[in-house]
Amino acid sequence: MSEVKFSKEHEWITLEGDVATIGITQHATEMLGDIVFAELPEKGSNVEKDGTAGVVESTKAASDVYTPVSGEVVDINQAIVDDPAKINEDPEGTAWFFKLKMKDISELDSLMNKEEYDKFSKESSN
Amino acid sequence: MEIKKTSLNKLHQDSQAKFVEFAGYEMPIQYSKGVIEEHKFTRSHAGIFDVSHMGQLFIYGNENLTSDLEKIFPLDLKNLQQNCSKYSFLMNEEAGIYDDLIITKLEDGYLIILNAACKEKDFEILSNILSKKYKMELSNNRALVAIQGPKAVEILNETINGVKNLTFMTGDWFDYNSQKLFITRSGYTGEDGFEVSIINALAEEFTKSLIKKGAELIGLGARDTLRLEAGLCLYGHELDLNKTPVEANLKWAISKERLSNGGFVGSDKIINQINEGAKQIRVGIKPEGRLIAREKTKIFNETELPIGEVTSGTFGPSINGPIAMGYVDKEFSKIDTKILLEVRGKKYPANICKLPFYKKSYVKGVN
Repeated sequence: MSEVKFSKEHEWITLEGDVATIGITQHATEMLGDIVFAELPEKGSNVEKDGTAGVVESTKAASDVYTPVSGEVVDINQAIVDDPAKINEDPEGTAWFFKLKMKDISELDSLMNKEEYDKFSKESSN
Repeated sequence: MEIKKTSLNKLHQDSQAKFVEFAGYEMPIQYSKGVIEEHKFTRSHAGIFDVSHMGQLFIYGNENLTSDLEKIFPLDLKNLQQNCSKYSFLMNEEAGIYDDLIITKLEDGYLIILNAACKEKDFEILSNILSKKYKMELSNNRALVAIQGPKAVEILNETINGVKNLTFMTGDWFDYNSQKLFITRSGYTGEDGFEVSIINALAEEFTKSLIKKGAELIGLGARDTLRLEAGLCLYGHELDLNKTPVEANLKWAISKERLSNGGFVGSDKIINQINEGAKQIRVGIKPEGRLIAREKTKIFNETELPIGEVTSGTFGPSINGPIAMGYVDKEFSKIDTKILLEVRGKKYPANICKLPFYKKSYVKGVN
């Protein structure tokens, strides 16, 4: 599996072959608070880089989930739809959101590595 | 304008609060445990809420004040016993609501608790109507601290002996460190509890004494989920100048004695709406599944005609599901009526349901 990459919208992404797994970061869940609702893209649909690909809601507000890369949705994590609290428990592990068959793997190049993202998220929360 | 801070601000900071600006104040939205844990802790133990941003308006006067206030509030204040509280409204001539409030009769006047965002305006409106005949004081030297939940009475009574004898919607003065506290048995969570008016200088040590006995600080986030589960209105959401108490389904708060003769601001409209019925009315809404319908969500009937709008919606931690309140046309307000909620461009099924979502456990008086 590839190195984990991060987007400015606080999604993480890993790649295996041409299939990317995408979720939201620990930092994002800390900003959102308790997540009580999740909506994911439909399996088989196509999503575009930086477009919306789902929604999460805390007790306080709804937030869009963006996809950091383009591709076809090949799998979704129904477990987080059924029990959204799982997202707060393990956002960067078992609570992944969806898997995409990527069209253009070079889209990953513009994303941040862990060190860059940690710096970015620290700055953006100040 | 500089953001205002309550006398508990440092304690909030020390307790890892996340802050938001609310009505010009820096207020804790949540602490490290988060909204859901804080909500559940209040329902099972006791939560402490800093509500010092709310207005504490003292108006001093005798029987003349009582009759003048009856020209403003739809209450039978003449027959209200000393130290008893009533929920009421400040209205305009059209019965539109400037604010909702709790008024308590004191030995030498009245104490009115006002919403933070409305208090300055309320003060102006009230001093104009009362033509500055009475001494009015919108306190800025007193904090207001609520303790709510099944353990509230036991915890507070350890610090302030005697509060356990108060019944729901009554209050009294108590001594604490040679200062006077005014404590009412009331709240905004659907739980038994108290609101404590205390001078700023003692607020922090008093609050810490409650924490030491097992109560925990709770933020505005959980305050909102608690009040919504309890079916209670929030000004600016369920209530505003375009809504009347009748439309808000709060007829119970209008004294029957005042309906025959009127004579309070907005009485013509109120009496007319009680007789004729209001066009729209506030209801409870239970979305199917996990869907959350936020404020301003459009409501449709089963044939997809618009019938109203959501005023508050969230996830109810004790209900373990989504809940909402809103206004719908009267003919669709019956319990179990099927409705549709438009969220992100799609319509989802929901039902009109009974309020409150969560059953209250207030300690009722014997009288």
